[in-house]
Amino acid sequence: MLDIGTVPERLARNRYALAETSHIEVDQEAVRSAGAATLLVRICPAHVYSQAPDGSLVVQHAACLECGACLAFAPPGSLRWHYPQGGTGILYREG
Amino acid sequence: MTTPDTAAVDFDVIVVGAGIGGCVTAYQLARAGHDVLVVERGPQPGAKNLSGGILYCRVMEQIWPDFVRQAPVERVITRNRLCFLNAGSHVTVDYHDERLASPVNAVSVLRARLDPWLAGQCEKAGATVMPGVLVDSLLTEDNRIAGIRAGGDELRARVVVAADGVNSFLCRNAGIREREPARNLALGVKSVISLPRQVIEERFGLTGDEGVAYAVVGDCTDGLGGGGFLYTNRESVSAGIVVRLDELARSAASSSDLHDRFLSHPAITPLLRDGEPVEYGCHLIAEGGKAMVHDLTRPGLVVVGDAAGLSLNTGFTVRGMDLAAGSGIAAATTIHAALSAGDTSPLALAGYPAELDRCFAGLDMKTFARAPRFLENPRLYGAYGQLAADVLHGIYDLDTTPRRRLLATGLRALRHSPVTMRQVAADVVAAVRSL
Repeated sequence: MLDIGTVPERLARNRYALAETSHIEVDQEAVRSAGAATLLVRICPAHVYSQAPDGSLVVQHAACLECGACLAFAPPGSLRWHYPQGGTGILYREG
Repeated sequence: MTTPDTAAVDFDVIVVGAGIGGCVTAYQLARAGHDVLVVERGPQPGAKNLSGGILYCRVMEQIWPDFVRQAPVERVITRNRLCFLNAGSHVTVDYHDERLASPVNAVSVLRARLDPWLAGQCEKAGATVMPGVLVDSLLTEDNRIAGIRAGGDELRARVVVAADGVNSFLCRNAGIREREPARNLALGVKSVISLPRQVIEERFGLTGDEGVAYAVVGDCTDGLGGGGFLYTNRESVSAGIVVRLDELARSAASSSDLHDRFLSHPAITPLLRDGEPVEYGCHLIAEGGKAMVHDLTRPGLVVVGDAAGLSLNTGFTVRGMDLAAGSGIAAATTIHAALSAGDTSPLALAGYPAELDRCFAGLDMKTFARAPRFLENPRLYGAYGQLAADVLHGIYDLDTTPRRRLLATGLRALRHSPVTMRQVAADVVAAVRSL
């Protein structure tokens, strides 16, 4: 059989160099007014985004695989997303 | 008075991004004697790069004649399987051909191994490779791109090459490319599953360095536009899904669930049995075809590879890396001519799109310009796979009722399918015109 594990288990097998600061900033009001939170939660393959009980968007930037899918979806102004500083973030060993 | 060609510059050429497009450009320009800097945000080349398809490598042999033997490639793809996947059935075309091995036409690669080799070749040719540096923006002076800004430093060059991938923040932040509509982008989600070499060869019927690549449509993406892929590496299998962003947005699906669904599909999971997942990754893919290839130059700037929108899905082959290499050759040709003539004016660099259009990369983008719209047809991702299985079921399921001939069996399957004869006819015409 094949046990691919949960997404957090998979990410734990990946290698990352943790950046000091987050490369993702959320404008909670813009996300809320566009109703974009659930979309961001389900499209991110790394489960970077989750929703707090109060509906706000929680970001775990350290899990990010840097694909940019969230940025392609995010309503204008709701997300500031750039690549993390040089040398940090996901470090693929296979690719 | 100083013109850009006599002004103080740090390098002749600065290439941003040490992927295939960037390295092919840099290698050729360095070999031609130009002073080249390659800036890469990963701490080593390849650390940020992920492929979900095989490398059609004949173009690489144009640059490195012994590429297949010298570069760290995984397996020689001699077997292509095109698979229509349904919930409880699948129909696969299995094409094996020894001619695909001599000369080698395609290889599987792991980018974290290939890209350091490519960057090493650039260094051997005399280029400076600077990893671990994120370029913040392009430097604009006198209405031309004059260099880059990175970590508070400014570096100047006669020509800057944007090889910074599908998200190309360089082009976006400089206003050269706008935000891409979701229908032109797809999301790939992939696992690399480690398996012993011998198991891979026995399981897939491979000899030595031979490899197989699967292109899968249908149930793997739950009927959404996109597909699954699977290919063998030396001691692992790469498997995952690609789904169009607009389709993903419209659905209620989660991208990781689609990946899991494909890997646990009864047609796929036996191929991965007892494997150990070693890496999970994702990547955006330019799926807009020729319509996405635009704004390839600005004064002082040339754009190559994914950053230029160069990738091509024909349904059978999914290409990007070979097109990146092709654009790298076209870019290097144009830039070399400009630098040699001492003229990097906008006019001199404006020859690059024409150079690209003359080579296989530009020509193939043109030939398959209609492919992206054809592949938006929802029947490809459900009804046709089921129809194919129903026809074959009618042939093979001998339930002691009298048999019909093939045509009658086919027509009967079509009558029971949601697809109409008129749609089949229209789709065949569209396929002939697009693919």
